[in-house]
Amino acid sequence: MTPLLDARDLRKYFPVRTGLFDRRRRFVRAVDGVSVTIAAGETLGVVGESGCGKSTLGRLLLRLLEPTAGEIQFAGADLLRMGGEDLRRQRRQLQVIFQDPFGSLNPRLRVGEIVGEGLEIHGLARGNAKRARVAALLERVGLRADAVERFPHEFSGGQRQRIGIARALALEPHLIVADEPVSALDVSIQAQIVNLLQDLQEELGLAYLFIAHDLRVVEHISHRVAIMYVGKIVELADAVELYRNPRHPYTRALLSAVPEPEPGAKRERIVLAGDVPSPIEPPAGCAFHPRCAYAIARCREEEPRLLGPTGHEVACHVFPA
Amino acid sequence: MPSDSMPLLDVRHLRTSFFIPPGGEARAVDDVSFTVEAGRTLGLVGESGCGKTMTALSILRLVSPPGRIVDGEVIFDGRDLLRLTEAQMRALRGNEIAMIFQEPMSSLNPLFTVGDQIAEAVRLHEGLGRQAARARAIEMLRLVEIPEADRRVDDYPHQLSGGMRQRVMIAIALSCRPRLLIADEPTTALDVTIQAQILDLLQSLRQRFDMALLLVTHDLGIVAERTDEVAVMYAGRIVERGRVAEVFAHPLHPYTRGLIASVPKIGARKQRRLATIPGVVPDLLHLPSGCRFRDRCAIAVAACSTTDPPLEPHRGEHLAACIRAGEPLPARGPAEGRGAPP
Repeated sequence: MTPLLDARDLRKYFPVRTGLFDRRRRFVRAVDGVSVTIAAGETLGVVGESGCGKSTLGRLLLRLLEPTAGEIQFAGADLLRMGGEDLRRQRRQLQVIFQDPFGSLNPRLRVGEIVGEGLEIHGLARGNAKRARVAALLERVGLRADAVERFPHEFSGGQRQRIGIARALALEPHLIVADEPVSALDVSIQAQIVNLLQDLQEELGLAYLFIAHDLRVVEHISHRVAIMYVGKIVELADAVELYRNPRHPYTRALLSAVPEPEPGAKRERIVLAGDVPSPIEPPAGCAFHPRCAYAIARCREEEPRLLGPTGHEVACHVFPA
Repeated sequence: MPSDSMPLLDVRHLRTSFFIPPGGEARAVDDVSFTVEAGRTLGLVGESGCGKTMTALSILRLVSPPGRIVDGEVIFDGRDLLRLTEAQMRALRGNEIAMIFQEPMSSLNPLFTVGDQIAEAVRLHEGLGRQAARARAIEMLRLVEIPEADRRVDDYPHQLSGGMRQRVMIAIALSCRPRLLIADEPTTALDVTIQAQILDLLQSLRQRFDMALLLVTHDLGIVAERTDEVAVMYAGRIVERGRVAEVFAHPLHPYTRGLIASVPKIGARKQRRLATIPGVVPDLLHLPSGCRFRDRCAIAVAACSTTDPPLEPHRGEHLAACIRAGEPLPARGPAEGRGAPP
């Protein structure tokens, strides 16, 4: 079966100016050769620390950013060659939920207008039909019908995120890119939103690209998980497999660093030295080698490729899949 | 001199309110009591707006209008800080009690080198000369494990990563060897691997200097792994308090139990749905009668709307503010997955 989304070797290089008289062209390699697939109804979790390129990857897949290189097939069509009316139609099926539910909702519009806007733009519903559709969407995400007349600031963070979800659902998408959708929320509210996203997936057969830095939430919601480090995927596996049997030293360090709400639980913590390197001049070879306790000579010279059987791929010379 | 059995910090019936015209009073901290023993770590945990940061700021008397400390005592080493003059308080802040915040970038002055900022602190409190203060700054940067400290001392804050900036903040906070460090969400803005580095550093420095730590956080994982005692706050009140191992093993208050259950655990993907606490935190200006948590509580009974439950011992030193503390919870909470409508 062909996947819903099939992205191959995506790259996004942002030019940077380092100084007034610096004429060298330098680039931030935000996404540097990433390939992912997402099946209908599937959740692919993308995890990594600040600056690893996970949000840029999400924006490339939505075509909110033009990739420097690569291919994106979405629902059987070449997303990057599309323009005008075709692209607009395709975008309906490709929606987004952002981290900050405040910054991503227009404060001057009423909730009814925010959720119904897309219906009108895409000519899907008007007048009474639109009102009925908006009311059904608000009910589905757990908001009261009178929310229609209110403004975003009248809602709490969790409720604003529900509004964002209703807006994304309005166009009946097949894939939703959720960029840190629960990071700004308190833990009790976070659980409400995660459950809502899972219910919607079950009911509507939605696929999610779930971008987050919280490994606990990602494990819970994802079918497969990709770990990113400095613009590349370093490990990609089924969620159960990845958390049970992590291979890449970076994945293992990440997992061991997550504080667990169990006092006295016996765990081996791998504390990484140093900071994430600059994506402008990442280290030669494996970008992780300066922080890696297992690095060998080959790691400093040769960049490891993401290899392994479907279900568990790793980019590491020392711990291959 | 205070005796050894006295806690280093003893907060008693602290109340801090925000006065919002006309006549509104938001009780951000409402009758909060706890102690921190010398050399120990207390985790103050709760969700946004529960009053944990305001409690920390009240201890240092850093609450600004329209907020005001209304009542209570903050006894530090035998002295009630709420009765000191502003000059006495200034001498104490950063000296005997220091504080670090979530966002190190906004606490550091972008116009001065990190060395200058550490030196300023030690010159102010210890009256060291310029050369000695600079040497001390380098020593402090080494202490917080900043590589190439003698070079980094001349860096400006923007030249450092988030983790390095937090190390600088810790260096400034510890430069005068405080006996109590208040850390307000010190790692919330940091990535998880950097968070582990900073928490390790705090823990080792706390032991080395025999310092007490009040760790304010929203993360139950951090509390479980890094503190000796925990106080759980909800809507301005402490609802549960006790030793960490005891509270996590036998949480008594339905709020604490809900919080612990709603954190997904690594490698425990057994339940498909996460436990939730329905609804949202109440508005401090319009608190419900009786127990503040009753609207969201799965085991509330009629008496909960008339009784404001006091924080009482239930299992030895383990305190909870709930008339149904420890009663069994239903398998699934009411209206699960749906928040209360606005």
